[in-house]
Amino acid sequence: MAAQIFSAIFVIIVGVGGCVAYFWGANRLLDLIFPSRGVSGAAAINNLRRQGYVRPWLFVGPALIILAVYLIYPVIATLWLSFFDRGGTNFVGLANYEWAAGDHDLRNSIFNNILWLAVVPAACTFLGLIIAVLTDKIWWGTIAKSLIFLPLAISFVGASVIWKFIYEYRGEGQVQIGLLNAIIQYFGGQPQVWISLPFWNNFFLMVILIWIQTGFAMVILSSALRGIPEETLEAAVIDGANPFQIFWKIMVPQIWGTIAVVWTTITILVLKVFDIVLTMTNGQWNTQVLANLMFDWMFRGGGDFGRGATIAIIIMIAVIPIMIWNIRQANKETGGH
Amino acid sequence: MAAQTGKSFIGRFGVHIAVLVFVAIWTIPTLGILVSSLRDKDQIVASGWWNAFASSSQSEAGRLPGASAQTQKDGKYVIEGNIFGDGPKREISAFGVKSSAPTQYKAGSVADLNDGVTLQMNADGSFVLSSPKAFEGDRGQRVYFASSAPPKFTPENYRTVLFSEGIGRSFMNSLTVTIPATVIPILIAAFAAYALAWMRFPGRALLIAVIIGLLVVPLQMSLIPLLRLYNGVGSFFGVPSKTYLGIWLAHTGFGLPFAIYLLRSYIAGLPREIMESARIDGASDFEIFVKIVLPLSFPVLASFAIFQFLWVWNDLLVAMVFLGTAPDQIVLTAKLNALLGSRGGNWEILTTSAFITIIVPLIVFFSLQRYFVRGLLAGSVKGG
Repeated sequence: MAAQIFSAIFVIIVGVGGCVAYFWGANRLLDLIFPSRGVSGAAAINNLRRQGYVRPWLFVGPALIILAVYLIYPVIATLWLSFFDRGGTNFVGLANYEWAAGDHDLRNSIFNNILWLAVVPAACTFLGLIIAVLTDKIWWGTIAKSLIFLPLAISFVGASVIWKFIYEYRGEGQVQIGLLNAIIQYFGGQPQVWISLPFWNNFFLMVILIWIQTGFAMVILSSALRGIPEETLEAAVIDGANPFQIFWKIMVPQIWGTIAVVWTTITILVLKVFDIVLTMTNGQWNTQVLANLMFDWMFRGGGDFGRGATIAIIIMIAVIPIMIWNIRQANKETGGH
Repeated sequence: MAAQTGKSFIGRFGVHIAVLVFVAIWTIPTLGILVSSLRDKDQIVASGWWNAFASSSQSEAGRLPGASAQTQKDGKYVIEGNIFGDGPKREISAFGVKSSAPTQYKAGSVADLNDGVTLQMNADGSFVLSSPKAFEGDRGQRVYFASSAPPKFTPENYRTVLFSEGIGRSFMNSLTVTIPATVIPILIAAFAAYALAWMRFPGRALLIAVIIGLLVVPLQMSLIPLLRLYNGVGSFFGVPSKTYLGIWLAHTGFGLPFAIYLLRSYIAGLPREIMESARIDGASDFEIFVKIVLPLSFPVLASFAIFQFLWVWNDLLVAMVFLGTAPDQIVLTAKLNALLGSRGGNWEILTTSAFITIIVPLIVFFSLQRYFVRGLLAGSVKGG
């Protein structure tokens, strides 16, 4: 273990030192190859121009290489592998996609993913908005926001344990140590095994992600609400609008752009939801989702890379519209700069 | 904002109540595992954690000593003793001798068991069984009793999980993964962000678009090719394919688009005049970056560092794919997931382990919340 700590410290030093050495050294080298000082005017200008061509690439170089290896190459390779068999060596054409079209587990996963997509982003945004509006009105709002925001720092696995404890089931008549069943039993209901309850168990898993992500929506929306001009709201009050009208007709339309950002961010997160399903049910009782199914195929029986890659492509296809929208938005915002 | 609604007392009161309900729903689950992790493990299963501060009651059964323990007293045969023996004492509220009526008699009262046999059992567990005839046989009288124990809190669970369940080791592994994976991307991203914000070169707009596109590319797209690449590199050089170096680089790669995006938008917003006056003074891009941009960017660098730290610390997927499950490599999240399988019913272990995994993020989060929120606001298109 001491060796491990030592190696981690060593890596930090080597990593940071290496980066500093590279950037400083490469920059220095460029100055030596195309000197701009101590040479005649025309040559200096010439060299400065050449430096200007090269230097940006020295700066973005390491980032580009890492992005290429860890993100760009894999995207292409995954697409490529989805046309190959389990070992990734024999070309099988569209066989994996044919399998995907007919596979029961996969269909179930897609159905569940759609359920998640329909519920989680909407619930997070809606609750986040409500809490943002309410906490703005009270003196202890900041503390309240901090506490609601807190689950965002908790890992999905940790959150799953927290909620599994809440859903814990004991036989009827026994002492319930799970909060939910204890409440149900207190009011005379029957305790349930929530995470294997057909169909509804999906929603009990979704609650975990909603619990985590509402804080995110709340913070972003709260800052957008602060940006609404005071005069607009005052004018509405003078015109006799009630709080609900102000909320729906003045506030919500003004922050529509921010709502869209929050919605899409959570949508992407939902498409990749993995940890919660793995730790709560591992896809049993019809709770499978795409990301967990893919993980399953990656390692099941030595792994089927072809089918795993195909499932990854399905997730990617769902993300593409958001990706295009994001790039368009960014282009609009940055414009010339 | 505050002026237009909640003018009435009821309206304002309602807002307070509503927020209180939300806060309760959002904090009680976490409170549950914190309280449970500190409770005695027998009490965790005996009562809900919300009863942790009340005495927990349970029904027990025991057997009194046999005939060999009897003594003669005032012409009667008597067996005396304490039902708890030398073990921990609990408080008895009621007792009985039939399983159908385990709490027939109140503690301290004398029960009449036919043929002149009487049994008295007191709240502290002491009992007197007396009979006009001698007791026979080695099997003593069966008794049932309801007992309650005072609330008991103990750090024992923490000792158990840290040292015998391997959580302590996993904690170190998580730190080993997280710190380099947080530090390495910062400088790489900062240089790239500066170039993309303030240097003019062909292809810059395309690069920015690519990075924004990569922000939302699901991690799943990278897993299989990288796993193959790592296996290939491993077998080519005859080294293990699951290494810390591998996961450091993987996290660096996955964190870079967000890092560059976040840093670029901040650095692009720095005042142009500062850059230009420095340039007129003869500073090169490198000097401008190191002496002006880097110090000014401290807040955004901190934001990114917190994000990356939390992201890597909380990650399960990347760790499960690129690291092994042996004790020297398994990180906290993966260990917790394994414990859920192997220790499914042992809530004292699960709640304690879970609390240990979330304590570091919570500390980071509370101490540096300002930077965290700033990063969140600046980079909310991040997909992860």
